[in-house]
Amino acid sequence: MTARSPLGNARGLGSARTGVQHWWLQRVTALALVPLCLWLGVSLIGLTGADHAQFSAWVASPLHAIGLLLTLGTAFYHFKVGVDEVIEDYVHAEVLKLAARLGNSFGVTVVAAASAFAVLKLAL
Amino acid sequence: MVAFTLPKNSKVVRGRTHKAAAGARRIKRFRVYRWDPDVGGNPALDTFEVDLTACGPMVLDALNKIKDEIDATLTFRRSCREGVCGSCAMNVDGTNTLACLKPIDAINGDVAIYPLPHLPVIKDLVGDMTQFFAQYASVEPWLSTDSAPPPSAERRQLPADRAKLDGLWECILCACCSTSCPSYWWNGDRFLGPATLLQAYRWIIDSRDEHTGDRLDYLEDPHRLYRCHTILNCAATCPKGLNPAKAIGEIKKLMVARRG
Repeated sequence: MTARSPLGNARGLGSARTGVQHWWLQRVTALALVPLCLWLGVSLIGLTGADHAQFSAWVASPLHAIGLLLTLGTAFYHFKVGVDEVIEDYVHAEVLKLAARLGNSFGVTVVAAASAFAVLKLAL
Repeated sequence: MVAFTLPKNSKVVRGRTHKAAAGARRIKRFRVYRWDPDVGGNPALDTFEVDLTACGPMVLDALNKIKDEIDATLTFRRSCREGVCGSCAMNVDGTNTLACLKPIDAINGDVAIYPLPHLPVIKDLVGDMTQFFAQYASVEPWLSTDSAPPPSAERRQLPADRAKLDGLWECILCACCSTSCPSYWWNGDRFLGPATLLQAYRWIIDSRDEHTGDRLDYLEDPHRLYRCHTILNCAATCPKGLNPAKAIGEIKKLMVARRG
């Protein structure tokens, strides 16, 4: 409870002057993922029945490795931005919100780095 | 976090039933949310049987008839009874709308009437609009200029620029849209909600206004603007047929456009 006026409450701490970048990057990554996911899907169907050696050879092609890295990077970034939105929507306790946002950032970064390492290990 | 259980005294219990007089020919049952702050306790759903042969065609007519003839303590806001003032906004048959514009015949079975969702209830169908109107005031919904108007003349506006206000000026601030929006339910203390954002866009797009950038600055915030995920509950429920989600989308486009 506070004796602050309703208008004071509505204005709160003022505008954060941010948000548009977050919103824009979510759209840009979504757009980029359309061709990337199509390419990956078609490629994986084409690799049906491939053994480990054939799959490794496929990844070792520079074009395929670069494509995989781009897809993974874009997808993980898109995922991170999307989960940020969910946290902002539903987690209201400030400490919990901060912990969730940090956990999201760190967790996604670790998994993305591990994925990139896996691709590079096969490709190089 | 999201609350998974309702707070104490939130469960709506069965209330009293008011039978129609003997000889009533077309009986329609109205199940109306009741809560009296002087009594406290749980809210109740009272049932009123109304003879439609002696009642006007709209839900508001039935509410007035109930208040006049059955239970004078039934409390609701109403004024113009023709969809202009926005006072009688309530949740009828599961949808936020104006009771004065909602035909009784359009509802199958019993007519369930609740206050607008997620507003603190003052009494019966009257919700507390304090925060809603404070948020509206915070976007400074008036013409803001630094240039003096032409001497002895009004500020001029081209017909094409005036046309941009169509679909915006008609908003009567009934709050049907904002109270139908889950983002406004969960984050209404910081998210401005569809009604206020539509009104903000009405001044952003007004060619006579000179503080467009300041208005966009005020809205550029993860909570004030970007809690809208365009689920379109607002457009689906608006009793005036407006599309607040489109207005919000236009604001987001301007936010991108001004970055170059």
